[in-house]
Parts: sequence; C-alpha cells; structure tokens
Amino acid sequence: MKRLLALCLLTALASRSALAAGQLIHSERSLYRQVLVYEEAGTRCLCFTRQCAIGRQSCVVLANPRQLVFEYTRMMLGALFLRPDPHRVLIIGLGGGTLPRTLAGLLPDATIDAVEIDPAVVRVAKDYFGFVSGPHINVFEEDGRAYVRRVQRAGTHYDLVLLDAYDSEYIPEHLLTREFLQEVQALLAPGAVLAANTFSASRLYNNESVTYHAVFGDFYNLRSGNRVILLRQGGLPPMAEVSANSRRFDAAFAPLGFKPEALLPLFSSRADWDPDARLLTDQYSPANLLNR
Amino acid sequence: MARILSYCVAGWSGFYVMAIELLGGRLLAPYFGSSIYVWGAIITVFMLALSLGYLAGGAWSMRAPSLRRLGLLLLLAALASLPVLLWGDAVLDRLSISVRDPRLGSLLGAVLLFFLPTFISGMISPYAVRLLVADRGSSGRSAGGLYFVSTFGSAAGTLLTSFFLVLWLEVDQILWMLMGISALTAACAVAAPRVEAAT
Repeated sequence: MKRLLALCLLTALASRSALAAGQLIHSERSLYRQVLVYEEAGTRCLCFTRQCAIGRQSCVVLANPRQLVFEYTRMMLGALFLRPDPHRVLIIGLGGGTLPRTLAGLLPDATIDAVEIDPAVVRVAKDYFGFVSGPHINVFEEDGRAYVRRVQRAGTHYDLVLLDAYDSEYIPEHLLTREFLQEVQALLAPGAVLAANTFSASRLYNNESVTYHAVFGDFYNLRSGNRVILLRQGGLPPMAEVSANSRRFDAAFAPLGFKPEALLPLFSSRADWDPDARLLTDQYSPANLLNR
Repeated sequence: MARILSYCVAGWSGFYVMAIELLGGRLLAPYFGSSIYVWGAIITVFMLALSLGYLAGGAWSMRAPSLRRLGLLLLLAALASLPVLLWGDAVLDRLSISVRDPRLGSLLGAVLLFFLPTFISGMISPYAVRLLVADRGSSGRSAGGLYFVSTFGSAAGTLLTSFFLVLWLEVDQILWMLMGISALTAACAVAAPRVEAAT
C-alpha cells in the first residue's frame, strides 16, 4: 500500500512536470512494451513507462557516458571484487547496454555475451545509448532461459554471469526459480561469479533469498534501495580478499565516477530474510504476485 | 435438473480450458522461454483445437445425444490431460533439444500436450446446445445462455488461476485439482439420468 501511494504521488508529481522525465526523444511500441527515451539536463534515460512513472531502466550522462548513474550498476561491478579477471562474461537483460559497455571498457580481453528478449531494446541501446556490439560483444535476441539451456547443452562456461532481467513492473517468473538458477550454475566455470540485480522492497525478498541460498549457499548481499546478490562458485571469498581485489580497480573505476572502496561497506553476508519463506520453483513461481 | 447439469458441464469446461491454457504457458517457459512467440503458439493451438472440437461436437450430437455422453466428454477431456502431468516435462525437454527454433518448438509442444484435451473440451459446447434446445424458436436463447455460461467459466478460470491458484498451489497440484473437479462433474452428469429415471 505504501508503495502504491508512493507510486501515485510520483506519477502525480511527474505529470506536473516538477519531476518530469524531460523531453521525449524517442518512443516505440515493441513486442513487449513501450520503449521510451527521455532527455533532460544532459542525461538521457531509457524507460518502459510514460514519464518513467515506474522507474528508469538505464541512464547515460551525455557529456560523460562512462559515468555510472545508477547505484545498482556500481553494485553489480562489485562482482569483480570476487573475481577480478573474468574472460567470458554473460549478461542477461540488456537495457541501455550500460553493463556490457562498462565491462568491455574494464576488461579489454574479455568476450561478453548479452541476451535480450526485446529486439527494440537492442535497437534503442545502439541508437541512443552508444551501445556497440562488436568482436568482443555479442548480442543474442532471445529469451534468457532458452539461451541458458541452449548454451548449457553446447558445453559453454562463463567466468562471470550477470542477471539483470527483472524490473519492479514485471518479473519474468521463469528466470527466478530454483531450476533456472541450477541451469545458470551449470554454466559457471570453477571460481566463476554470479551477480543478480533483484528486489528488496516486498515479501518476494524472502522467497528470492531462500531460493538463491538453496542453490548456491552463502552469498554477499548488497542492499541500498536496490539489492544485488554476489556469489562465487566454489565458495565465497573472505572480505579481506574482496577488499584487496577492490583496490585493483582504484584507477579503472575513476572514470565511472566512484571509488571501489565505497562499495565495501555494502557487502553483507548476514541472512536477513525469513528462512521459512517458500522456495520458488518451476512448479511454484508467482514472483509477480509476491512482489506486491 | 438435466438442463442445470448441461450448463454446469459447459461452464466448468470453459473454466478448465482457460486454466490449462494459463498453466501451459508456465509449463513451456522453462524450455522455450516466455517470449511473445511462446504465448502465440499456445493460444493458436488452443483456438485451433477448440474450433475443430466444435465441428466434431456438433457432428456427434446428431447421433443419440444424451447428458450421459456429455459427461463422458468432460471425463475424456480430463483423462486426455493426464499425459501433461505424467510425461509433460520429458516431452518438452526432448523437444527443446531436437527443435532449436522456440517458435516451432513451442508450437509442437503445445500440440502434443494440449491439442487433444482442448479438442475434446471444444466438443462440449455444441453438444450441450443440442441437449438444451427445445424448439427452433428458442434455439438462439439456448445457445446464448450456453455461450454465456461457458465463456463466463473461462473468465473465472483465467482470473482464479492467474491471481490466486498459482499463489497457493504448485502447477501439478492445480492440474490434479482441475482434473478431479472434471471427474466429479462428469460423474454427476453420467449418473443423473438414471437417478431421475428411478424417481
């Protein structure tokens, strides 16, 4: 109810242009949603709702495109503190392409595979957000789960997997079940790292936490508005190792607009969820109903 | 009594078809994803099966129509859903390996698992119309009443399944429950004429 009120308030404010998302520079109706691009005060944002009423998917500061606008993208980069040198990277959910673009800059030797279900989102990322697929970045326009099953059979492995396919408006429920996470786990090379951008504001937090824990065991939980889960195949590194790895990125993160050490206080391995919450499985996956 | 039971069978059949269709999306998603193509494939197969079922049900109603046979159709539709529970995952797993295109894969998967039960469910409405129509003058009203009950059942099946049942139960549990209710409703329709004749 509080969320709903906040939403109404936001919408009301937005429509009065006090908090308006800015000027609409592109709008198209894709197979799945409305894809909108707004621009204001030199910042361009990708939204799936009018006036970005239900949040922005991705933003870029035009004068400084490398700067990371959202805290969650910075939190996702914390995955590098668990494994600083991944060679094969998989990203499920493209958005404006910020994560693949940033990772390609940080890891010039890595191959990055990005999977996006909506061809319109890929197009808009390329046309408006400076996303370029190339020799090191491959884009696959297909369902994330279908992709994972396909490459799993081909015997593909990754050193870093980032799940960024959920937003508060709609969750692909088949990407938030024990079976899906087990399929993702099968893609992880020894010592590979998984980062997932997920939810923190509803009772889904509990279900999602027990599901990740059931498949992967302990993980680092980064919470601040957003929630990011970070874990490593074969055991979580101690904080000393995380902290030592973070220092390797002092220079590399400078153009992104933040210091690696700023992320360290967010790392928590405390199980702050209800352990009795029901596990999400292919048989039981009402993620959208639980995220209310 | 017979009229009420005919309406019950048709209404429940409408509920059943939509509940299965929604759960079908969940069953296919792990193998083919939940892209618009997968939903397109499911809806296509259900609509095709229903349309052919209407033809078959209408034709079958020409030969000795009875409430008992209407009940048997409902029971058959439930039994035809058993393979979904018993071999659904195995079939879809095999299919997703041999067919790479998720559009073709989900179409074939939906045909294999859902065509037969939906076809039989489609037979129910025209068959029930035959039982309900008393004379030519009131035939439109009877058909209208039946469409109402059957489509209202579909609406209820859609809403209850997507808003509530998936929040309380596992997919397989919902399928067993649906089949159980079908069997019970069918039993009433099969037994009723004899009970009525005896009293």
